[in-house]
Amino acid sequence: MGAYILKRLLAVIPVMFGLTLIVFLIMAMIPGDPATAILGSYATPENVERLNRQLGLDRSLPEQYLIWLGNLLQGDLGRSYSLNRPVLDEVTERFGATLILAGTSLVLCSILGLLAGVVSAVRQYGWTDKVVTFVVLIGISTPSFWLGLLLILLFAVQWRLFPASGMYAIYGGGDLPDLLHHLVLPAATLSVVATGVIARLTRTAMLEVLRQDYIRTARAKGLRESRVIWRHAFKAALVGVIPVIGIQAGFVMGGAVYIETVFQWPGIGSMLVTAISTRDLLLVQGGVLVVAAAYVLFNLCADVVQTLLDPRLR
Amino acid sequence: MKHLLRGVFLAAVFAAAPAAQAQTPPGVLVVGQIAEPKSLDPHAVTAVNDFRILMNVYDGLVRYAPGTLEVEPALATNWDVSADGTVYTFYLAEDVTFHDGSALTAEVVKFNFERMLNEDHPFADTGPFPLSFFFGAVESVEAVDDLTVRFTLNEPYAPFLSNLAYPTGLIVSQAAVEEYGQDFGRNPSGTGAYRVVDWTPNQRVVAEANPDYWDGAPTLDAVIFRPITDANTRIAEMLSGGLDVMVEVPPDALAQFREDAAFEVLEQAGPHLWFLILNAKEGPFADKRVRQAANYAIDKAALVDDILQGTAEVAAGPTPPAFAWAYNEELEPYPYDPDRARALLDEAGYGGETVTFFVTEGGSGMLDPVAMGTAIQADLEAVGMDVVIETYEWNTFLGEVNPGLEGKADMAEMAWMTNDPDTLPYLALRTDAWPDKGGFNSGYYSNPEVDALLNEARTAVDQDRRAELYKQMQVIVQEEAPWVFVANWKQNAVVSDRVGDFALEPSFFLLLQDVSKP
Repeated sequence: MGAYILKRLLAVIPVMFGLTLIVFLIMAMIPGDPATAILGSYATPENVERLNRQLGLDRSLPEQYLIWLGNLLQGDLGRSYSLNRPVLDEVTERFGATLILAGTSLVLCSILGLLAGVVSAVRQYGWTDKVVTFVVLIGISTPSFWLGLLLILLFAVQWRLFPASGMYAIYGGGDLPDLLHHLVLPAATLSVVATGVIARLTRTAMLEVLRQDYIRTARAKGLRESRVIWRHAFKAALVGVIPVIGIQAGFVMGGAVYIETVFQWPGIGSMLVTAISTRDLLLVQGGVLVVAAAYVLFNLCADVVQTLLDPRLR
Repeated sequence: MKHLLRGVFLAAVFAAAPAAQAQTPPGVLVVGQIAEPKSLDPHAVTAVNDFRILMNVYDGLVRYAPGTLEVEPALATNWDVSADGTVYTFYLAEDVTFHDGSALTAEVVKFNFERMLNEDHPFADTGPFPLSFFFGAVESVEAVDDLTVRFTLNEPYAPFLSNLAYPTGLIVSQAAVEEYGQDFGRNPSGTGAYRVVDWTPNQRVVAEANPDYWDGAPTLDAVIFRPITDANTRIAEMLSGGLDVMVEVPPDALAQFREDAAFEVLEQAGPHLWFLILNAKEGPFADKRVRQAANYAIDKAALVDDILQGTAEVAAGPTPPAFAWAYNEELEPYPYDPDRARALLDEAGYGGETVTFFVTEGGSGMLDPVAMGTAIQADLEAVGMDVVIETYEWNTFLGEVNPGLEGKADMAEMAWMTNDPDTLPYLALRTDAWPDKGGFNSGYYSNPEVDALLNEARTAVDQDRRAELYKQMQVIVQEEAPWVFVANWKQNAVVSDRVGDFALEPSFFLLLQDVSKP
């Protein structure tokens, strides 16, 4: 197992390297540069040239990339020109916020999705199944940023139950209850689509397992139905669902980009949006690096869990 | 000490806060900003969003008198200008201290400008200072005595005083720059009415009242600036009571706030111009009559009323009326007159050539550029012009437009917000401002008479003389129509009914010294 994990981790390195190179090239190819973004209307060629020189952007592209790579190996992600602070500080803070949001959503969508899927499968074609399937379909089809705005309008503006935006209260607060209070709306919004996907897959997987002979045997032995379903069927179905949850983790991270913007959650998604529009190359590189690493790690975790659950994969 | 203060302050605020969520406490003003500030070093930033905080934390040698764009004393109690307009001597107010306790002296002022202008300065690495060219005419700064500072310019440069009133001219604490170096922008220290006590990235900037403020301590206990980038979220936060002040309210949302007694909507026209650059070098717009026809054909009142929903006024010429002293009141906007436009097009022999129109998706001061571009296209097509729109993202757009329209386009959207009537025409209408000479005259307009007027106005020391020259320039430029003059934007803000004495300034700065909130 240890060797397997190590092998997987080593495979990550070329992926990350290629990724930074691609991001670097894309950022170099899109028109506009940080100096123009900073100077706006005042971006005369003369001013742009002077500012580029001060930002160290007058060097050749390969040179810029190698400098960045060299610094990266020493743990230095550079200094953001749009925020005027070390990229590492910004990325760490932002990523922490995203982990809280995405992590909560992932737990939420896993629990709800698995539960809905199991219930749906057990009551196949019954009323419960129909209602769950219908709700899941709506969940999957709803654009999440729109849902976010709707929830804000209802729960923050109309009923004033939850704050409209932010991660902590703007004065006072700062403790766990305050954080949870702020987390409810964005986490709920973010988990809707993933819940739907997981529910549908769980339902399919469960239906397949429930038709197996060993389930019939278990029932014939006179086991309680709940034991048959949770102990025998669910565990087997889970093996097929876990990798999907791993992939959903990636989608939840990606979806966080919109949700963080809508809810003003200070996470890495909203940071990347701003960094791209200000052409802040170093910040984009740092952000993408962290998000990609997280994506790879989530999938690795999912694979490891799957291997642990399913002896055939060992 | 700073942490102690912050702790005491937050504890006080928390104790005072009512149990209800989403109700801001008394004495604390929560301002909704459109983005996270880049830096709180006034010399390092360019965005109006950052200026809103900075103008309350720092002071300049001079400032704009309330409700105007005319300079009045601030940290300098008075000043002399030499007869040739190249030497400015400022006399500083006594006993002014920065938030970090250091004193304001002539040496500090000298340090401020040398840090910005001299690339070999020991603290030049605390930059870059993108707008330092505002003071490009400064040849030397000299501390004559403790409270007298003398600027020598390399040529007479009349906008110097209003540039000093701009955020780039705000005075920072030398001691704080020396202490924090590159991190000064996150540990600001000025002489202003509020002192920054906490900056939690992406969440808030807290500025406490400065009880020792030289111009009178503010009534508020503190101001909290919150970055909320999404306009809809900002509106929701305002509606749910999480903000006391919201700026840059989208036109669509204004009606909702107007109808609600819990809010007050404020508007103030500012030094902004939204216009179309016409390519006067080649293609149909090389003919003055076609340029005039475009000015007649576009229904500016409809743009302003329907698309911008009254958040702007129809522009008459190149100078915004907010520069009251330099604005020519006799100028009337081109009326909407499609028949006149058709007649002019016939007269010019326009044969239906395709006109390429660069439109941006967004951008500073660009208002609603896609909808406006589409309406303009329809208006021009109604008089027989064949207009093809090409849309670009803002940075790309600037990269296409600023180097000049030649060979690429016949017209392009543009907007400028300036602080002196000199800036826009000097940088965008003179022959010497063609893109190949480093200016913004992307449409290649050229008129020696306009060049002469602008050059003289920039060097004239007497403001009345300058006003006269600008007024003459406006008449010529309006008639020759190098641009389609479309709109002057009105800055807006929504404040909750708990906020008192709030006013918007024509400079578009947000000044909170006198605001109250019982």
